[in-house]
Amino acid sequence: MSASLEPTQEQIKDQKLYAGMGMSDEEFAMVEKILGRLPNWTETGLFSVMWSEHCSYKNSKPVLRKFPTKGPQVLQGPGEGAGIVDIGDEQAVVFKMESHNHPSAIEPYQGAATGVGGIIRDVFSMGARPIAMLNSLRFGELQSERGKYLFEEVVAGIAGYGNCIGIPTVGGEIQFDPCYEGNPLVNAMCVGLIDHKDIQKGIAAGTGNTVMYVGAKTGRDGIHGATFASEELSEASEEKRPAVQVGDPFMEKLLLEACLEVVKSDALVGIQDMGAAGLTSSSAEMASKAGSGVEMNLDLVPQRETGMTAYEMMLSESQERMLLVVKKGREDEIKAIFDKYGLDAVAIGHVTDDKMLRLVHKGEVVAEVPADALAEDAPVYHKPSKEPAYFAEFQAIENSEPQVADYKETLKALLQAPTIASKEWVYDQYDYQVRTNTVVAPGSDAAVLRVRGTNKGLAMTTDCNSRYIYLDPETGGKIAVAEAARNIVASGGRPLAITDCLNFGNPEKPEIFWQIEKSADGIAAACNALNSPVIGGNVSLYNERSGEAVYPTPTIGMVGLIDDLTQVTTQQVKQAGDVVYLVGETFTEFGGSELQKLVHGKIFGKAPRIDLDLEAQRQEAILTAIREGLLQSAHDVSEGGVAVALAEKTFGSDGLGVNVTLEGSAVTALFSESQSRFVVTVKEENTAAFEKIIPDAKKIGFVTDDANLSINDESGNLVTGSVEEFRSAWKGAIPCLVKSEA
Amino acid sequence: MKFAVLVFPGSNCDIDMYHAIKDELGEEVEYVWHDATDLSEFDGILVPGGFSYGDYLRCGAMANQSNVMAEVKKAAEAGKPVLGVCNGFQILTEAGLLPGALLRNKNLKFMCRTVQLKVENNDTLFTNQYEAGQIINIPIAHGEGNYFCDDETLAKLKANNQIVFTYSGDNPNGSLEDIAGIVNERGNVLGMMPHPERAVDALLGSDDGLKVFKSIVKMWRESHVS
Repeated sequence: MSASLEPTQEQIKDQKLYAGMGMSDEEFAMVEKILGRLPNWTETGLFSVMWSEHCSYKNSKPVLRKFPTKGPQVLQGPGEGAGIVDIGDEQAVVFKMESHNHPSAIEPYQGAATGVGGIIRDVFSMGARPIAMLNSLRFGELQSERGKYLFEEVVAGIAGYGNCIGIPTVGGEIQFDPCYEGNPLVNAMCVGLIDHKDIQKGIAAGTGNTVMYVGAKTGRDGIHGATFASEELSEASEEKRPAVQVGDPFMEKLLLEACLEVVKSDALVGIQDMGAAGLTSSSAEMASKAGSGVEMNLDLVPQRETGMTAYEMMLSESQERMLLVVKKGREDEIKAIFDKYGLDAVAIGHVTDDKMLRLVHKGEVVAEVPADALAEDAPVYHKPSKEPAYFAEFQAIENSEPQVADYKETLKALLQAPTIASKEWVYDQYDYQVRTNTVVAPGSDAAVLRVRGTNKGLAMTTDCNSRYIYLDPETGGKIAVAEAARNIVASGGRPLAITDCLNFGNPEKPEIFWQIEKSADGIAAACNALNSPVIGGNVSLYNERSGEAVYPTPTIGMVGLIDDLTQVTTQQVKQAGDVVYLVGETFTEFGGSELQKLVHGKIFGKAPRIDLDLEAQRQEAILTAIREGLLQSAHDVSEGGVAVALAEKTFGSDGLGVNVTLEGSAVTALFSESQSRFVVTVKEENTAAFEKIIPDAKKIGFVTDDANLSINDESGNLVTGSVEEFRSAWKGAIPCLVKSEA
Repeated sequence: MKFAVLVFPGSNCDIDMYHAIKDELGEEVEYVWHDATDLSEFDGILVPGGFSYGDYLRCGAMANQSNVMAEVKKAAEAGKPVLGVCNGFQILTEAGLLPGALLRNKNLKFMCRTVQLKVENNDTLFTNQYEAGQIINIPIAHGEGNYFCDDETLAKLKANNQIVFTYSGDNPNGSLEDIAGIVNERGNVLGMMPHPERAVDALLGSDDGLKVFKSIVKMWRESHVS
């Protein structure tokens, strides 16, 4: 549409054209009041996109305020491209997780690829070198052709982008449940490393300084992507495919290297990714954060297509672009760096002192709005919240054991459940080694990277069991954080902080908003108990397809510090004769468990209980044992219970097995998903020292050299089989479901 | 001995190659940008992995058009050691410095894993530190590593002992005759899909790749002492 054909201000109001951009009548009235006049088409676009849930968090802000965001280790909390945490030696780790659910639901390869690209830019816009990628994915149960297609293409998109740009994809988690069939979740996390002195901010400070556009040219792709992300999916969503951008990892590699050169220059004042809402969000937010204004001449914006209007340029979400603010007079130094990489670097405007975002196109002012109004003054909604009927019903159900006829076959079936099964088919497609820092590759509790030039390591993981959260959002929220921390601790790390990706249904439904509130309460409580503040993240609402919401899925991404690489611990058993211990109490808890789903085909009842004080105490004890060099291996007990944890400990152990005897009712002992438990192995000569640290650890058996998994109780054998038999079931499950070899 | 690590736009294993030489081998090494027009100061040329120019065209085809490739050809003609790994191997075949081509993996997917290689020829500039027939653990990470050449070329490769590494056990990508790495006829240009520079520190799982670099240095020292 050419600018001359755009609707008039009156038409926008009278015909309620703003509604098509996702703006309510009340919001439009607010805009009219702020401006003291009717907004034109471009201005309406600016407000609609900046006030979308995706950019403004207007529905989730009251909930986000619950999270602890401070701590002595936190150098940068939420509000910038990514959060930053100190790791000593004047170094810091930078990380954030973000969702790309809606684009991935309709164009899975590009949706996932650009999700990866976007989160990488958030990290290097802070001045950090991205060192690792993780992800958290949710799909249906791989029964439908569409479901398999989404799974295969999302994985291919993540691989295609990450492999090409040369950042290792080192970890993640995937769960499969029918609730994600129509609305998969694709959350990507990027971790970067930075020297304190190089930390950048997205600010447009210093009146007269130059605003520079760098990177790829602007096209008509992704217009209103942020708005699209803030509504429910439906059959009609297929028509929004043009709102999905196309990624170019090669372009981003060049942009990454150029930006990391630029951040070393003192000519740079501020830098921000053009992510959701592209040029609009980067310019308005940089001005608002600095208390300044920005004026840009859109004629100068590098354009990929002809005849683009101001509206289209401002709302485009073309990928691989950044906005820089540079000291006046030093533009050529910056340009020279981008020239080396063959990238555009163009002065398109300057910083003003009037706090306005002013856009000039073809000699005319086409938009003039207060930057704060766009970036800060979106309405905040306190949505009504209502406990759903199912919650009380579930709470009233007494815990009981599912009926199991054959323990061994049940264990095999659990190992073949796609959520538990080996993800090798997935991570085999990811280059998890490039840049040669990966000490623990995908497949253990957490990935571990060394910090080159030091003896330190970084442990990182993503986690979220949404079934528990559906049954009981507050308890489930606590478990999500606690389990992420257990993964870090089992690897030898101390949790530093978390990033979260809050994936929920439509917040306008009171029952959904209740899930959001309650799970945030749980997450906040666990963050406090485990000293892991929230340093950033993202909110993805409206994850519904034809009115059916996904389970509440607030994914947790956590990074921990390993002081000494000799303390890196993995889950595999190491040596025959080592003693196997179970740490933690086991109760009859099957609500939301894999066994319950397997036996009943659905989930119900109470989520497993969790005591955060006990959790913190136990994690501290495990970490102490690791630091004293007492643990040969450590693995947290999660989906599928102790039986699955033991089986996983033998996989990849090269000829070893375990022989253990468990106490209590067999089904509970084998498959309960009680929280705050670990299975560890200890050398015989270290058992006394270990038992001093964890006196209530139960000695349950030994590591053997016969490559058999043997689990017994007082009355006899429960499960016996070769490790290979269980391993091949576990390893073959996903390739079998997608009918494609690893 | 002074090494050049070539850097094309989109190279991403350059830093791994650099650190392998500098930190593990203790030799001199410099990054050389793709538009360089003189490599005469270097004793060995390393062409690293990655996605040069995005590899949106045939892998390595664009990189072969870079200024620096004319210099790589000169270095190869002068008998200097030239090692291309992964994308580097693809670039060297595009440049005609090595015969054959790398097709898409047989499963049409990118694959990253540690594989076992057999040292088929330990009498080369790049493998003299290995035992003949030695089995070594080296990572692979590629989407197009399926080596292919015509029968005549294959016969020549065999007759001249140019097949240096083969996949032992499972052939991951469908390569002809399990070929993982080959040298040119003269023996001073090696291309291989597996990444020896990723296997130079036991902390990361294997240091079996270090001997590729040690072999190069040993031969260079011997020829420069005499």
